[in-house]
Amino acid sequence: MSRPLPDAPWFPGVTLGVVMLVTTAVLAFAQGATRDAIEQAQADDTRQLLTQILPPGYADNNLLSDTLQLNGPSGAPLTVYRARHGGTLKAVLYEMSGNGYGGRIVLLMAVDMSGRVVGVRVTRHNETPGLGDKVEAARNPWIRSFDGRALGDPPPARWAVKKDGGDFEQFAGATITPRAVVAAVRQGLEFFAAHKAALSGDGAVVEGERK
Amino acid sequence: MSDQPAARAVMRDGLWDNNVVVAQMLGLCPTMAVTSSATNGLGMGLATLVVLLMSNVLISALRHWVPAEVRIPVFIVLIAGMVTLVDLCLNAWFHDLYKVLGIFIALIVVNCAVLGRAEAFASRHAVALSAVDGLATGLGFTLALTLMGALREVTGAGTLFAGASLLLGPQFAFLETKVADAGALFMILPPGGFLVLGLLIAARRRLQHWSESRQPAALPAPAAQ
Repeated sequence: MSRPLPDAPWFPGVTLGVVMLVTTAVLAFAQGATRDAIEQAQADDTRQLLTQILPPGYADNNLLSDTLQLNGPSGAPLTVYRARHGGTLKAVLYEMSGNGYGGRIVLLMAVDMSGRVVGVRVTRHNETPGLGDKVEAARNPWIRSFDGRALGDPPPARWAVKKDGGDFEQFAGATITPRAVVAAVRQGLEFFAAHKAALSGDGAVVEGERK
Repeated sequence: MSDQPAARAVMRDGLWDNNVVVAQMLGLCPTMAVTSSATNGLGMGLATLVVLLMSNVLISALRHWVPAEVRIPVFIVLIAGMVTLVDLCLNAWFHDLYKVLGIFIALIVVNCAVLGRAEAFASRHAVALSAVDGLATGLGFTLALTLMGALREVTGAGTLFAGASLLLGPQFAFLETKVADAGALFMILPPGGFLVLGLLIAARRRLQHWSESRQPAALPAPAAQ
């Protein structure tokens, strides 16, 4: 030790207090300094995700600014992004979630105005790596098996994984995960069917289909 | 300051003699949680290495100002604060990296190996040497986790370094190999983790005994000073 620390009984407590104060101040400053950049990065993420899920020719508008707030299936507010091309409403995009093996699985789905799935991507999950994570588009093409499907195609009873008598594959060693995703997509399509009118127009924006 | 070990000895200590995972058995919570694949092990190892290096340097620099009575809470505050800072900065300015490593970063705070090194080494040694210790311990951790992940992945999923290009960038796609079409699922689930860890610990001990028996005190250990 280069020099002894003060022996007073208050010294350790005050040191701890000072360390806490400085750390908190640094973190508060850092949070303020990074807030804009983080929001920007998250908005970029969402935009990238939204455009990635849509095939070319579906959107030329700013999806992030053309949104609707509706009550989702669970009652919680749900943000709906609307994809327009040349002013025509082509598809709506929103998040759905299901209960997987490791908790909530959140997926983003795009549905065209006739009620067909344009694309589905799992955005957040906590499934077993190497098993349930095959629902990620980067790891397995499985998630694309929903493309072009609708509520009547396959019929309602077959909107399930094969193990449950449905039309969708499961993964070896992981049934709960794909089962949750299939159920969430189906729930998303039912949400579309129930709210089609609200989803397709708010009157204020000119809609190509109506002309 | 007496008793300063040489940097070489510190390096050897962190990598082998006192490897956090297979010798000290610290930080087993993240070890079990993420080593279901080699890539995950590597990612967790690297993120921990950076935090260990930074926390060792910071705590060593402050070691003369922290009273012994409150050193543990002070270290925890410093480590947690630093990890949060790294988390915020990565999220803001290295968002792609954050998306891959984000899940590991929060787990590092609870890694007792970081606090262990702060208490056992950084609070007693000079800054430069503490940096070497952080680096050595981090490398030892990375090696153990990658090895464990590789063993579990090959036996459990039949692949090796799957998803490496997502973690390290597309130029590392060559690492991704397929060994078999499927594996024993058991190895990827938690019991497989305990099994592989036990085998690794046993293997390290066996090697240690073997190398000790091969060099019967021919070279007297160099004096510590």
